[in-house]
Amino acid sequence: MNLAQELGKAIGKAATILPPDAVRALEAAREREVGPARVQLEAILENVKIAREGKVPICQDTGTITFFVKLGTKFPHLPDLVRALPEAARVATKDVPLRPNTVHPFTGKNPGDNTGRYVPAVTWEMVDGDGAEVHVLPKGGGSENCCALRMLPPGGGLKGVKEAVVEHVVACGGLPCPPTIIGVGVGGGADLALKLGKMALLRPLGQRHPEPEVAALEAELEELINASGVGPMGLGGKTTVLAVHAEYAHRHPASLPVGIVVQCWAHRRATVRIRADGRMEVV
Amino acid sequence: MERVLTTPISETDARALKAGDVIHVSGTMFTARDEAHRMMLEHGSPLPVEGLALFHCGPVAQKKGSDWEILAAGPTTSARMELFEADFLRRFKTRVIVGKGGMGDKTLAALGEVGAVYTHFTGGAGALAAKAVKRVTAVHWLEELGMPEAIWVMEVEKFGPLVVAMDSHGRSLYKDLSVTVDKNMEAIRARIKGGK
Repeated sequence: MNLAQELGKAIGKAATILPPDAVRALEAAREREVGPARVQLEAILENVKIAREGKVPICQDTGTITFFVKLGTKFPHLPDLVRALPEAARVATKDVPLRPNTVHPFTGKNPGDNTGRYVPAVTWEMVDGDGAEVHVLPKGGGSENCCALRMLPPGGGLKGVKEAVVEHVVACGGLPCPPTIIGVGVGGGADLALKLGKMALLRPLGQRHPEPEVAALEAELEELINASGVGPMGLGGKTTVLAVHAEYAHRHPASLPVGIVVQCWAHRRATVRIRADGRMEVV
Repeated sequence: MERVLTTPISETDARALKAGDVIHVSGTMFTARDEAHRMMLEHGSPLPVEGLALFHCGPVAQKKGSDWEILAAGPTTSARMELFEADFLRRFKTRVIVGKGGMGDKTLAALGEVGAVYTHFTGGAGALAAKAVKRVTAVHWLEELGMPEAIWVMEVEKFGPLVVAMDSHGRSLYKDLSVTVDKNMEAIRARIKGGK
């Protein structure tokens, strides 16, 4: 079993092939738009096609590689997996190739292989079972720069949450490469709110949160943000967001943290499923 | 209107462009991000750039034999170059800036002074951009600045679509849109307040 090779392939797939749910959402947006907004969506879809057919990166910012692992507590290959995650980044950097995007914040030195201290970042979630599911989420710098945390007064309630999210996303304008996907994490603490926002991005587009209150918030936020007119690339239009996904955690009575995670239209991701017997598939 | 401009682009041609036009560029384009702007202002340009297209971009490039190939080359956020761009335009007289997200008032004023435009290329469309790059003719400061920040000089054919977003007549689509968005936001705020 060569985990690093397989995970490297998944990173490559994420960099070059936009998942079908994201393509469908962009196509639907193109049909809604006219003028400069439509020109942008046509260019995006043409770009997605060229990348897929030519096996080249969708965007030159191939992002910071981030892993989210659902780890079965009986998974027998954990040491291999731990070693394989950074190795996969090295493999993909060379094979795809990816842009070397990890910079030492003090010295400015770039190791050139998309690894470094705490990078690729890995979020581990323990689940029952003996398999592992590794989600790859390479995320570009332009959209990451638009992420934000709001520590709201709980008295403002859900209205406060809506206001904070809409004001922030609209203020970002064209910077994060709209139409974007917004992950909103409500509750928990400061760190958890942002983490939940990022994890919300892993849910396929078109799939609502299973709880009706959360699903309603998602739908309302989409409508409110799209009413702003910011549009594709911030040049005006009906589609500023393709989707808003929300997640939540219980909060401290005095705190209402809201993590706002912004993802560009190039919503790149891939998943590797690893079974206990070593069989793997990239989906 | 839609048209193809070929470098070197004259001041007259640049001044004829209006915000909202869609253009394509053929000829010579060079990339410069934050560091390259700073280096060019401090040490001068490593190549003559008057009339060329300046691209805010850090590409993914791969060496094939002795030649470089551009694999992906979408625009980066132009706002970061606002620090340098007005001085840069006055000194180097590039006529078409290609970027994303728009630039500020200092750049808008310099575009009018020098006779140049800022154009918007679809953010993230790195593969589409790379397809229009016919070859890399030179790369400067690769050692010093690394792949994303180096100056890549490229021969391009019908690079675009580029939406003229800021022209030499003081008009900016971003400014126009911000008036509309501000108005829409008043209604949106009222909806949130009046809701559950």
